[in-house]
Amino acid sequence: MSLLSLRDLHVYYGAIRALEGISLDVNAGEIVTMIGANGAGKSTTIRAISGLVRPRQGEITFDGASITNLPPHQIVMRGVSQSPEGRRVFANLTVFENLELGAYTRRDRSGIVGDLERVFALFPRLKERMYQSAGTLSGGEQQMLAIGRALMARPRLLLLDEPSLGLAPFLVQSIFEIIQDINRQGVTILLVEQNANQALRVAHRGYVLETGRVVLADSAANLLRNEEVRRAYLGE
Amino acid sequence: MRFWVNRLLGVTGALALLYAISVWATENLQEYYFKVIILCGIYIILAVSLNLVNGITGQFSIGHGGFYAVGAYVGAAWTVLWQPEAARALPLLQLNTLHGHIVNLLIALMLGAFAAGCTGFLVGLPSLRLRGDYLAIVTLGFGEVIRVVLLNIDAVGGARGLIGIPSLVQSGNLGFFWVFLFVVLLIAISRNLLQSSYGLAFLAVREDEVAADATGVNTTRVKVTAFVLAAVFAGIAGVLYAHFFINISPDTFDMNTSIIITTMVVLGGSGSITGSVLAATFLTAMPELLRDFKEYRMVIFSTLLILIMLTRPQGLFGHGELGYATFQRLIRSGRGKTL
Ligand SMILES: Nc1ncnc2c1ncn2[C@@H]1O[C@H](COP(=O)(O)OP(=O)(O)O)[C@@H](O)[C@H]1O
Ligand SMILES: [Mg+2]
Repeated sequence: MSLLSLRDLHVYYGAIRALEGISLDVNAGEIVTMIGANGAGKSTTIRAISGLVRPRQGEITFDGASITNLPPHQIVMRGVSQSPEGRRVFANLTVFENLELGAYTRRDRSGIVGDLERVFALFPRLKERMYQSAGTLSGGEQQMLAIGRALMARPRLLLLDEPSLGLAPFLVQSIFEIIQDINRQGVTILLVEQNANQALRVAHRGYVLETGRVVLADSAANLLRNEEVRRAYLGE
Repeated sequence: MRFWVNRLLGVTGALALLYAISVWATENLQEYYFKVIILCGIYIILAVSLNLVNGITGQFSIGHGGFYAVGAYVGAAWTVLWQPEAARALPLLQLNTLHGHIVNLLIALMLGAFAAGCTGFLVGLPSLRLRGDYLAIVTLGFGEVIRVVLLNIDAVGGARGLIGIPSLVQSGNLGFFWVFLFVVLLIAISRNLLQSSYGLAFLAVREDEVAADATGVNTTRVKVTAFVLAAVFAGIAGVLYAHFFINISPDTFDMNTSIIITTMVVLGGSGSITGSVLAATFLTAMPELLRDFKEYRMVIFSTLLILIMLTRPQGLFGHGELGYATFQRLIRSGRGKTL
């Protein structure tokens, strides 16, 4: 049975329809990617899963239980955390405080310390800048912090919304490597990317979204070979 | 164990010191200056408590005068309306001894704080879901509603207000003691909040509410907590005001009062406790010190405010604090720019 499943999800912003019946599954241990043009509804799907927007219709199930109408903090407690689009670190707080906030829902002191070490092992830059305010970090470092903050919740499912956006090319490469490292440590990942090429190379499966619908779902390897995908999203 | 003994000694020492200052101030200061100092203390409570909402949690509430009024009226309702009844049944509550005064003041404080806190919860729970300007409008409206309601309750004097409230705060030379006891308590709570990981959640809400939600902070609870705590202390300030200055009317708590309190927080630098304290002192004492300039004083006062906001839009202290660490830094670096 899948760890996360979305069934016929409809989301509106006021009168604007953003999702028109999305269904998808993420199995435990996988990296699944959602690709699609700007405005296709990728971020909205992420927001719906984490409870930041309420679906008008449809069902979200995590680990066998419905989380459709839970408030965001309870969804985090169930084991779903996200690195939001555009990073959104707490700019006036230090790197350390940002990470501390990532563990806000947890009470296991020793576990938190262990996870802090794990995050610093993945992102040594963050350790060097521990007491610096997050707003003074470079874009790449802020992205690392946003991912690190999400990891501090010790999620079973990590949602990443465009982690490579606006990063220097050499950093893009290393972010994708780190995403694979995190996955190997046992974290299931739902990855939203515009950089479809890279995303499909690290993912196991992928979904292609267009104007709020899933138009293609296949293994990442097959999507990489798919003529339409190559033309529309890989720029060939 | 040792920790608690030290704590206890510290608290006892602080109380004794407050008491000593209180007795000295009452006996040696001219009544007029004494009153200005008490008023400063009351406004410090109002500004530092509003700073919990506007500064630390980043919500723009501008109806603090409403909670101030609820505290003042409920506290005074006890001493003026209900206490005489209660004292007939319970001689402990009679007002002919100092301890009778203290017991009644404590009851008034508890009732005023409780009523203001409940009002804060009722106003906060629905309206803190609103953002920015909307919250400002709702809270401003709330302040006015309270004033109009008070105007129309005959039992508390309507437009005349409640007059001749027993001056319980001043009994036994304790005036300064009571007011600054709550000043110190509130500052200690605010500081502890800022330094705890629980308080980090309040700052996170100020920084980016959506990101706070996404990291698992229960943002509604954080905002309501800040709002209720602020209302409780505004209520306490109201009870102290009523039982020191002995006359209150709906006009004491009009929109100007709310706006002045908000100005104190903004002027001091939203989020800075030190800033709120200094701005509250400055804005309370300044109009008094300028009394010699007669009708020009409001002009001078406003000009000063505009100048400060032009030269330091982030407020006097920004998010910074003035404390022991700052002095150390100043001394070590030998320059005055580290603030
Ligand atoms: N806060 C919002 N208010 C109104 N419309 C929005 C909002 N956010 C997104 N939308 C609309 O919803 C649709 C999906 O957007 P989004 O999920 O951000 O797409 P993507 O992440 O794939 O670029 C778009 O048409 C977008 O304009
Ligand atoms: Mg997006």
